[in-house]
Amino acid sequence: MKKLTGVMLASALVATPLIAEPVDDTLILNEDVTLVTRTAAPAHVADVMDEVISGWHFRGTETRAMQADDFDNPGMIFVEQAEDVWNTAEGSEGKSCASCHGASEEMAGVRPVYPKYNEAAGEVRTLEMQINDCRENRMGAEKWKYTGGDMVNMTALIASVSRGMPVNVAIDGPAQSTWEAGKDLYYTRTGQLELACASCHEQNYGNMIRADHLSQGHINGFPTYRLKNTKLNAVHARFKGCVRDTRAETFKPGSPEFVALELYVASRGNGLHVEGPSVRN
Amino acid sequence: MAKGVKPRVKVPKTAAAGDTITIKTLISHKMESGQRKDDDGNVIPRSIINRFTCDFNGENVIDVVLEPAISTNPYLEFEAVVPEAGEFVFTWYDDDGSVYDTSKKIAIE
Repeated sequence: MKKLTGVMLASALVATPLIAEPVDDTLILNEDVTLVTRTAAPAHVADVMDEVISGWHFRGTETRAMQADDFDNPGMIFVEQAEDVWNTAEGSEGKSCASCHGASEEMAGVRPVYPKYNEAAGEVRTLEMQINDCRENRMGAEKWKYTGGDMVNMTALIASVSRGMPVNVAIDGPAQSTWEAGKDLYYTRTGQLELACASCHEQNYGNMIRADHLSQGHINGFPTYRLKNTKLNAVHARFKGCVRDTRAETFKPGSPEFVALELYVASRGNGLHVEGPSVRN
Repeated sequence: MAKGVKPRVKVPKTAAAGDTITIKTLISHKMESGQRKDDDGNVIPRSIINRFTCDFNGENVIDVVLEPAISTNPYLEFEAVVPEAGEFVFTWYDDDGSVYDTSKKIAIE
């Protein structure tokens, strides 16, 4: 009998498929707000996928639970730190973020539409670029490093007040050329491994890449608290990591290439709710 | 007083009398172990939270001694039986003599 159980167990193990589909689950934030984590693909990606799925569905049970509760979400500690910075005057003008913008909650609705075309500057700007513009020109303070701690904390605060609002970046009009540049990058193979973003996140999501589970690579959950480095990670830092992993020389965080890519990748997740700061492994 | 210390506590707002509830606490604190050295080779003095207590309506629920090996931002989760409505008082004791406290009320359904 013992032997038989062993055989049955062995066959059960073999039968386990190597693909790991996204988990069927619902993200309810603080037992209150239900977030949209899977929805119909926006028109401009409908030819390659039917449904867009948040990276939350590709993570383990414990990791998913951690994000569902602000107390358990380690990213919220950094949000609180940014809240203090939000209300602290800095620079030659003696202004804080709050001097112009009011409470941080007033920023609800900002994260979902960025990156966004800036009329006056004549370029597509990320949230980080806009924050540094404020610091330099309105506050008279020093710019923050693009993916540095202060910056990523502040973007986490601004994202956190928009949780539960759908990502909705504009891809037409003046932003269209940038969006197309981003799309080109998304499908361009880089590095010795000759991998494009699409190789993993469009053609192989749901499959394993070594020990990890490939998601669709949406950025609605950024900045992301990663358990592997116990800090918040910015979108461009993630892009850099991905490009590096293809064994290529990477673009710099904040470079026009990554800004374009951010706009394109964000647009693929149009309709998913903002989750930042999310928790991932 | 150490910089950036902020206690956080999560307690359900209500419970049935006699219920066991889960309490989560976290205090931001650097928990300097006293084992590390700075760039010049001098020992960085120990600065940790060395004791944590929780009381409910004056009765002690838990009393914890924390040691230097406990990492930054110590998180403690424990259970408590709630016999009646009342108030949980949480207290953290710092090496430098500072005491941080916070409290949460709980009602009976």
